[in-house]
Amino acid sequence: MNVSTRHEITLTVNGKTETRTVESRTTAADFLRDDLRLTGTHLGCEHGVCGACTIIVGEASMRSCLMFAVQLDGTTITTVEGLAQNGKMTVLQESFREHHALQCGFCTAGFLTTATAFLKETPDPTADEVREALSGNICRCTGYIPIVEAVLDAARTIKAAKG
Amino acid sequence: MKPPPFAYFAPRSLDEAVKLIDEHQDDGKLLSGGQSFVPVLSLRLASPATIIDLNRVEGLGGASEMPDGGLRVRGLTRHREIELSPLVARLNPLLTGTMPHVAHVQIRNRGTTGGSCSHADPAAEMPAIALTCDADFVLTSVTGERVVPAGEFFQGVFTTALEANEILTEIRYPAWPKGRRWGFEEMARRRGDFAIVGSAVLVDFDEAGRCGAAKITIFGAGDIPLRIAEAEEMLVAKGLTPETMREAGRITSAAIEPRDDLHASADYRRDVSAVMVRRALEQTASPLRTGVAA
Ligand SMILES: Cc1cc2nc3c(=O)[nH]c(=O)nc-3n(C[C@H](O)[C@H](O)[C@H](O)COP(=O)(O)OP(=O)(O)OC[C@H]3O[C@@H](n4cnc5c(N)ncnc54)[C@H](O)[C@@H]3O)c2cc1C
Ligand code: FES
Ligand code: FES
Repeated sequence: MNVSTRHEITLTVNGKTETRTVESRTTAADFLRDDLRLTGTHLGCEHGVCGACTIIVGEASMRSCLMFAVQLDGTTITTVEGLAQNGKMTVLQESFREHHALQCGFCTAGFLTTATAFLKETPDPTADEVREALSGNICRCTGYIPIVEAVLDAARTIKAAKG
Repeated sequence: MKPPPFAYFAPRSLDEAVKLIDEHQDDGKLLSGGQSFVPVLSLRLASPATIIDLNRVEGLGGASEMPDGGLRVRGLTRHREIELSPLVARLNPLLTGTMPHVAHVQIRNRGTTGGSCSHADPAAEMPAIALTCDADFVLTSVTGERVVPAGEFFQGVFTTALEANEILTEIRYPAWPKGRRWGFEEMARRRGDFAIVGSAVLVDFDEAGRCGAAKITIFGAGDIPLRIAEAEEMLVAKGLTPETMREAGRITSAAIEPRDDLHASADYRRDVSAVMVRRALEQTASPLRTGVAA
């Protein structure tokens, strides 16, 4: 075993600490899907174009196909599996259901993670800001309009709940 | 679509990093944000034996003010940090204003200014801005630092002045003079895509409101971003009017040698270049396009 091609990493995934040994060339996306069996993170293009693989690293949305697993050492990450708490969907997830913001669902994990990070940063967005924030995610089914509506509605609901 | 195997190093200090890249210069590559390089690996366009990850190098990121009012942007500064930095907005609003055109937020959260300039995509925005601002590039190796002006740094498609054992550690943007205004315009098929062509301009107005100096860059229209000196001189001689702004566009069209590719024909790029330059210049009429010293 060559020390520089296999590495032990420790990270926090959806609140749980994981320690694994990974190969240098394994992407974060493949690590999540194949090693941790968190298959909610989808792979569309595997070269940064479609956004399906988006995860939240710290507070920021990132492409998991463009990071290596070894780079996750010491990080705290959230995948789509980590959004719902105790089996209860988040306001954003509920809003996606309400607005039919998914059809086949292939792109959904990427939209949810992207929009979750976005709403934290921008709690009161305009429709244009939502479109801009989601411009890095491709959906082949919905035509985007219901997705934008779902995010705007979620922002309103979260705001109303805060009073 | 999987990267080939490689040995991986994650140095913690710049000293360690320059030693590693010196040792592995024949078969090793640097990794910053990975937003261009990981696709290159996944598509197997490159198969380096060794990758040296700069992400854990202490002190390689961040923007700061230089004693003379210039802006220092370290190589590992993320695009997103530049976009949101009040310091950058104060010292170089052209950088701030351009950043939303660079890719998408998830990519800006990870991609870096050093990676973008080292990669030197002809359609990338950061190289064009550095050239417009007459920025200096600081290249570091085991033998020390050398400083290369933007005009000499970009040498061809994906080709720069960087030697195989050098790291781009810093870009220095000179201080903005009083009365400077900026403009930026690009044409892309979809939001966040690389531009088909684009233009960045700076116009320095004197006390009387006349054009004292102009800098005009066109990018995506050739192998590297280009300054159009003839148009710059014409604007200083004749001043900024609707007619001279159009003329600057025409001069640009004639000066470039764009290529045909999948995205656009050379003729189309030539035509659109003229429009990009004119529109970028028109933006300098707005008092919103000023910097700190204005
Ligand atoms: C879907 C998509 C859309 C994009 N759209 C745009 C766009 O519109 N405009 C745009 O400008 N960019 C765009 N990009 C590219 C993005 O900006 C990248 O972040 C950037 O080009 C490379 O920076 P990086 O830090 O990710 O570098 P990396 O990918 O890590 O490295 C790129 C190259 O530079 C070398 N390198 C990295 N750092 C250094 C250094 N400090 N010194 C010397 N060499 C170094 C590497 O070895 C590699 O060859 C896009 C990317 C994607 C995936
Ligand atoms: S799979 Fe990562 S962006 Fe498409
Ligand atoms: S719901 Fe099918 S791709 Fe978006």
